[in-house]
Amino acid sequence: MTSAHDTEIVDVAVIGAGVVGSAIARALAGYQLEVALIESRCDVGDGTSKANTAILHTGFDAKPGTLESQLVSRGYHLLKAYADETGIPYEPTGALLVAWDEEQLAALPGLQEKAAQNGYAETEIVGPDEVYRQVPTLGPGALGGLTVPGESIICTWTTNLALATDAVRRGTRLMRSHRVESVTVGSDETVLRTNRGDVRARWVVNAAGLGSDVIDAQFGHDRFHLHPRRGELLVFDKQTRPMVDKIVLPVPSKLGKGVLVSPTIYGNVMLGPTAEDMTNRSDTSTTEDGYEFLREKGERIMPQLLREEVTATYAGLRAASDAPDYTVEVDAAQRYAVAGGIRSTGLTSGMAIAEHLLGLLEKAGLELHEREDLPDAPQMPNIGEAYLRPYADSDRIAADPAYGTVVCFCERVTKGEIRDAMNSTIPPCDLDGLRRRTRAMNGRCQGFYCGANVTEMLQDGERKAHR
Amino acid sequence: MSTARTRLTPEVAIVGAGPAGLRAAQELAPAVPGEVLVLDREQQAGGIPRHCDHPGFGIRDLHRFHSGPDYARRMVDSAERAGAVIRTGAMVTGWSADGGLEVTTPDGLFEVHAEAIVLATGARERPRTARMVPGDRPDGVYTTGQLQNLVHLHHRKVGTKALIVGSELVSWSAVLTLRDAGCDTVLMTSEHPKVESYALFSVPGKLGLRVPVRTRTKITRIIGKPRVEAVEVEDLATGRREVVPCDTVVFTGDWIPDNELVRAAGLALDPGTLGPVVDTELRTERPGIFAAGNVLHPVDTADIAALDGKQVAASVLDHLREKRHPSEKSIRIVADEPLRWISPMVRRVGDRRPARNRLLAWVDHYVAFPRVVATQNGRVVAEKRLPWPAAPGRVFRIPGDLLDAARPGEGDVHISLRR
Ligand SMILES: Cc1cc2nc3c(=O)[nH]c(=O)nc-3n(C[C@H](O)[C@H](O)[C@H](O)COP(=O)(O)OP(=O)(O)OC[C@H]3O[C@@H](n4cnc5c(N)ncnc54)[C@H](O)[C@@H]3O)c2cc1C
Ligand SMILES: Cc1cc2nc3c(=O)[nH]c(=O)nc-3n(C[C@H](O)[C@H](O)[C@H](O)COP(=O)(O)OP(=O)(O)OC[C@H]3O[C@@H](n4cnc5c(N)ncnc54)[C@H](O)[C@@H]3O)c2cc1C
Repeated sequence: MTSAHDTEIVDVAVIGAGVVGSAIARALAGYQLEVALIESRCDVGDGTSKANTAILHTGFDAKPGTLESQLVSRGYHLLKAYADETGIPYEPTGALLVAWDEEQLAALPGLQEKAAQNGYAETEIVGPDEVYRQVPTLGPGALGGLTVPGESIICTWTTNLALATDAVRRGTRLMRSHRVESVTVGSDETVLRTNRGDVRARWVVNAAGLGSDVIDAQFGHDRFHLHPRRGELLVFDKQTRPMVDKIVLPVPSKLGKGVLVSPTIYGNVMLGPTAEDMTNRSDTSTTEDGYEFLREKGERIMPQLLREEVTATYAGLRAASDAPDYTVEVDAAQRYAVAGGIRSTGLTSGMAIAEHLLGLLEKAGLELHEREDLPDAPQMPNIGEAYLRPYADSDRIAADPAYGTVVCFCERVTKGEIRDAMNSTIPPCDLDGLRRRTRAMNGRCQGFYCGANVTEMLQDGERKAHR
Repeated sequence: MSTARTRLTPEVAIVGAGPAGLRAAQELAPAVPGEVLVLDREQQAGGIPRHCDHPGFGIRDLHRFHSGPDYARRMVDSAERAGAVIRTGAMVTGWSADGGLEVTTPDGLFEVHAEAIVLATGARERPRTARMVPGDRPDGVYTTGQLQNLVHLHHRKVGTKALIVGSELVSWSAVLTLRDAGCDTVLMTSEHPKVESYALFSVPGKLGLRVPVRTRTKITRIIGKPRVEAVEVEDLATGRREVVPCDTVVFTGDWIPDNELVRAAGLALDPGTLGPVVDTELRTERPGIFAAGNVLHPVDTADIAALDGKQVAASVLDHLREKRHPSEKSIRIVADEPLRWISPMVRRVGDRRPARNRLLAWVDHYVAFPRVVATQNGRVVAEKRLPWPAAPGRVFRIPGDLLDAARPGEGDVHISLRR
């Protein structure tokens, strides 16, 4: 992570190591290209990609005919296959859209129709009895529903990390803590000025999430403007998990997808998100109003859930755009591409955005020669609750007792897993990064028992790394 | 991929090597022919007192004050000398289909089947998230448990200016720990109007702590990135809000039992304590499963947890020897306002009195000279004026005699306070 490469020129520099940028870098590194992945924060996936509702969408409710619709449904299949290959945890839970009033009930056939237009035909309209049979813990008053059996939950952290790890193992130069501050486009190279030196690249891809319109302006464009739309969420104790075994969606309104109740891949239940238009692009604080709003909604959807303990609260910022669709475009003259305004579906569509963008880049003149020496896809540690975790795996413990030493009790994270994270291709830079890789300290006690031990292991790991 | 587990069959299995579990083990090991196995997920046995590096432990059971770590060592030694087997780094993660304990250790996976199981898993403080305090999510926010672990076991620095949320006994313990770590406490807050009347005059006085305390005050927001910079507090009387600069926040008290195994077993939870429902002999509703210590009363002092251990050992022995069967005739004990909870929750005909013949309870309001009243079916069956106050933030002790006049079959006994 130095800028000793000031004088070298990479073929493509990708700005932003969220889900989208990491997917793009990985795809590019599949060809004979020198790729750099530039990220302003000290870790990958520390922007919008770390804080969302982590649903692998079928794309059933996207606006038909949009690029978003096309890429979400394509991304759904790509990411699912990639998850199978790399071990990113996901669970095909299915979803149930619940209508709570006549108007919502009347909207169901339209939604079914829309799903079909989006190429998703497996939905079914069901009556209230079936709704309560599927989710007995729902509050009273549901009038009917629409099933979406393909909707799944997935680990957003592992997805981002797998894509970035894959990119690095394919030779991408990951430059963390490098913030792109200005851009100078030359005749055959572009200089990206960062807070830690210049990066020279023949081509530049802007996947800077909430910063993508700012970078776009640096290239002289004025085609979309972003504002953050904050979403706050409550995560309930694992003891609530038996209450909800599928994603319970509201009928979408103009304001977006609305408040859902969903199991998480870590065995919790989540309620949220809110949707609040903001101006500050880094304000991911939670608010009294947000809590109040979620409690009110939750009280109606699943009162039983609201009696339980809250394990975590957080907020994420969607990159809401004034353009009606994703902005994925290439400016051949400047050898510049943008993937911006990837509002609330980018986790699902990331790999498809990469695929689509590579097609556009090739047309614009970027030469893509297949590589024959591609390394295998990385095998990601399983932090999903539905699969065998190390603490419960006698073979792994027999081979390495560190997997039998539980360090974080609430999440049952073992010493072996923390050690592995510290030694991985992209080690964490702070406690939050370690949390995203292992779940340590994410549990109900939030560090009461394990905080001191986990901090110690992180710092030991860092000391070793710097020796 | 396999999940094969090695089967262990001690006579008694105790989950948790804190004061409650260790004292139970100490009593049981010499008295039973088979093995008494204590499991703890920490690397060291001793429970919470291990990291409470200040005096204040053991007066009611060992009749002398010890420091936390010293007390923990003594408890471990006594249990081991009595012949109990203590296994640390052994976490009970759940129950097998036939009622065994599933355990993870570096030596492999175990399934423990015992004639009797004692759950002594203790309690912890609710962290900021469970208390739903909004704002930024910076570093420098702790519970007392985490703080003491950091400072006393890992010798780490925290910040320089702390705000402490809560003013229970443990909150003063946090002040001491912070002082050891070179961190000043700039403010202590309490939502109660009067909790300081207890704390201010005794603990801080004795320990020479000068800490500004604001009562009827709520934390409304945490500010700062990446480290705490300030906390917004609200005066509950006026609604006025103010920002208090600090770099450390400690959430103290506000306890919840580690009740995961209780719930996983499908045992009834008491709605007040959120621990398992037990009778005065500390039996849960399932024969052969017992509970003791802070998992029942979140949270009392370590010596009281240890005395629970003694109480539970006696009833485990009766269970093993099949000397006495618990009577079907029982009365449910219910806490009414201003009591938040009461423990134990069931009184059976013919059973021993509760440990120290005291019912333990928690109050939400300060009452200087409380009159405790027991009613059954709307009828007062007993009442008693107590010479000690009922104060939020510490356990309120009620003489067990109050139950003597209650009759099984006539409904729940409700316990409440009058001025
Ligand atoms: C509440 C919420 C719920 C959501 N739910 C879902 C869901 O269920 N399913 C789904 O598919 N999607 C969901 N999303 C959307 C999804 O999270 C996003 O679309 C996706 O994470 C966007 O990824 P990204 O890579 O574009 O952005 P980011 O993850 O924000 O990555 C952009 C990166 O660029 C970096 N960067 C910015 N500027 C610069 C610069 N100048 N120099 C260097 N680096 C820079 C940032 O630090 C950041 O890491 C949700 C979003 C939110 C907020
Ligand atoms: C910060 C703090 C300060 C305190 N200060 C004082 C004081 O000054 N004086 C005083 O008298 N009391 C004090 N107390 C209270 C005292 O520590 C407790 O009352 C006492 O420790 C309770 O004993 P216990 O055995 O019930 O639980 P604990 O001491 O909490 O022990 C429970 C044990 O169970 C283990 N366990 C839990 N679940 C599992 C599982 N699934 N598998 C394996 N093991 C498990 C835990 O690791 C732990 O070791 C303080 C408490 C705290 C938190």
